[in-house]
Amino acid sequence: MARTRRPVVAGWFTDDAGGGTDAGGATDAGGGSPDGGFRLLGTRCSACAAVFFPREDDACRNPGCPGGGELTETPLSRRGRIWSFTDGRYRPPAPYVSDPDAPWEPYTLVAVELAAEAMVVLGQAAPGVRTADLAIGDEMELVPGVLNEDDEHIWTTWHWRPATGGAARPGADGEGNA
Amino acid sequence: MHPWGKWGRSFVGYGTHAARAALADAGLEWRDVGSVVGANTMRCGYPGYVAGATFAQALGWQGARVTSVYAACASGAQAVNTARSQILGGLADVVLVVGADSAPKGFFAPAGGERPDDPDWLRFRVLGATNPAYFALYARRRMALYGDTPEDFAQVKVKNAAAGALNPLARYRTPVSAAEVAASAVVADPLRLLDICATSDGGAALVLSSMEFARRHGHPDPVRIRAVSTVTPTYPKAVLDLPDIATDSAAVVSPAPHSFRASIARAAYEEAGIGPEDLSLAEVYDLSTALELEWYEDIGLCAAGEGAKLLRDGVTSLGGRVPVNTSGGLASFGEAVPAQALAQVCELTWQLRGTAGDRQVPGARTGITANQGLFGHGSAVVAVR
Repeated sequence: MARTRRPVVAGWFTDDAGGGTDAGGATDAGGGSPDGGFRLLGTRCSACAAVFFPREDDACRNPGCPGGGELTETPLSRRGRIWSFTDGRYRPPAPYVSDPDAPWEPYTLVAVELAAEAMVVLGQAAPGVRTADLAIGDEMELVPGVLNEDDEHIWTTWHWRPATGGAARPGADGEGNA
Repeated sequence: MHPWGKWGRSFVGYGTHAARAALADAGLEWRDVGSVVGANTMRCGYPGYVAGATFAQALGWQGARVTSVYAACASGAQAVNTARSQILGGLADVVLVVGADSAPKGFFAPAGGERPDDPDWLRFRVLGATNPAYFALYARRRMALYGDTPEDFAQVKVKNAAAGALNPLARYRTPVSAAEVAASAVVADPLRLLDICATSDGGAALVLSSMEFARRHGHPDPVRIRAVSTVTPTYPKAVLDLPDIATDSAAVVSPAPHSFRASIARAAYEEAGIGPEDLSLAEVYDLSTALELEWYEDIGLCAAGEGAKLLRDGVTSLGGRVPVNTSGGLASFGEAVPAQALAQVCELTWQLRGTAGDRQVPGARTGITANQGLFGHGSAVVAVR
């Protein structure tokens, strides 16, 4: 295919299709092997250590910051625990991209609390993960994903999926539920 | 007010209708008004962005001072705040405040185009995160933290629909049963269609004056605005809020002990010199049934996690100790964004005057409104008799 993979927003996450990571350019983003190199990218203030995601590149927004610092890119934790979750049973309006001729397939939204950063980051769940697979407090991990495709691009994004390695609840392995 | 519904006309007509009704109620002519403040309607192009002038032109240019304000759902409260400040500052004796909307059907959506520097545009493009998705995140968290159930949420709709059935200005005037809520389609798990407010057309207006002017014009005991809260959050804002994709990090700075929503009412209580124990009634922003329970806690009617119990005990129903959303709330009106914070104050006014008809709270003396505008606009108004 001549289509190129392109992040839906530049600079919010690492390249999932090269750059020495082990993603290998997989197009099956939800079901590929966990990518230890794939990270959300925020910025950190060198003066007060405040972290921002989505990245803040203009000026630190902590009103107590002593000032004079620089905002440097910092990867966020790959794992966190569910703060809350829901799904979208109706097609969202534009600029969300979906095929109006195709039946609507609900997506799952998960808000994940990252312990080190003490922040909650919202994301779509990997394909096949349903709300019935999830519970508040479950451990989730970040994986590369595909948001939508058009004639020129495969628009990439981040997905949350139940963490592998024994930390997730039994049965919450992202295989979907009937 | 102009009755709320889906009338398919311009917001200007709803606003001027409400303005004329408010002037008639006050016993004033439009020419008596020294200042007009319009709450902006962002879906209606140029006239909506300059709502103050648009309403002034529609009513007939008469040279009044003019202001247009936008604060998303808190626009009406910001308009009241502007009017009140002008009166207290001696810039005007009488101010007309107007807000109206002509809303599209279905989900609210951001303005069009490619706008990746707009957080509201981004949450739709990247996540498909509609407003009900956020309401559902809060609802799910209440279920996990406090044991709230979808049946508890449904009872908010049952309560508000019963009040709305008594309000001739409401869009929905039919009682709703818990079974009907449970039978409605899931929009964003765990919330169903009847848990989430609709989008509506509608308009609301208020005439505010100085006490001296009111007394001079034969109103010895008018309803008084005792406080208007328009606070912003404090950093770090640790609760995921519309249209955020992430919260602020609390790793370096500890969050305030109270949430942003709770700080809105606290600021109003402090300015008014009252507390939640003084309330006769409240109008809160029930974008979803579950969110109304959270407001009970945020305005101090009960401790965190006890909202559902307060509802089950009948405290917040008509006839209860502190009825909430006696107007029927957004559950019965739907959203007409720049008008709804004004509509809340209209309901307080009628209740405090004792003219709320079948939904009257006996002996009402003190009321609060609570509302939250997208992008960090707090809103609460305390009115007393």
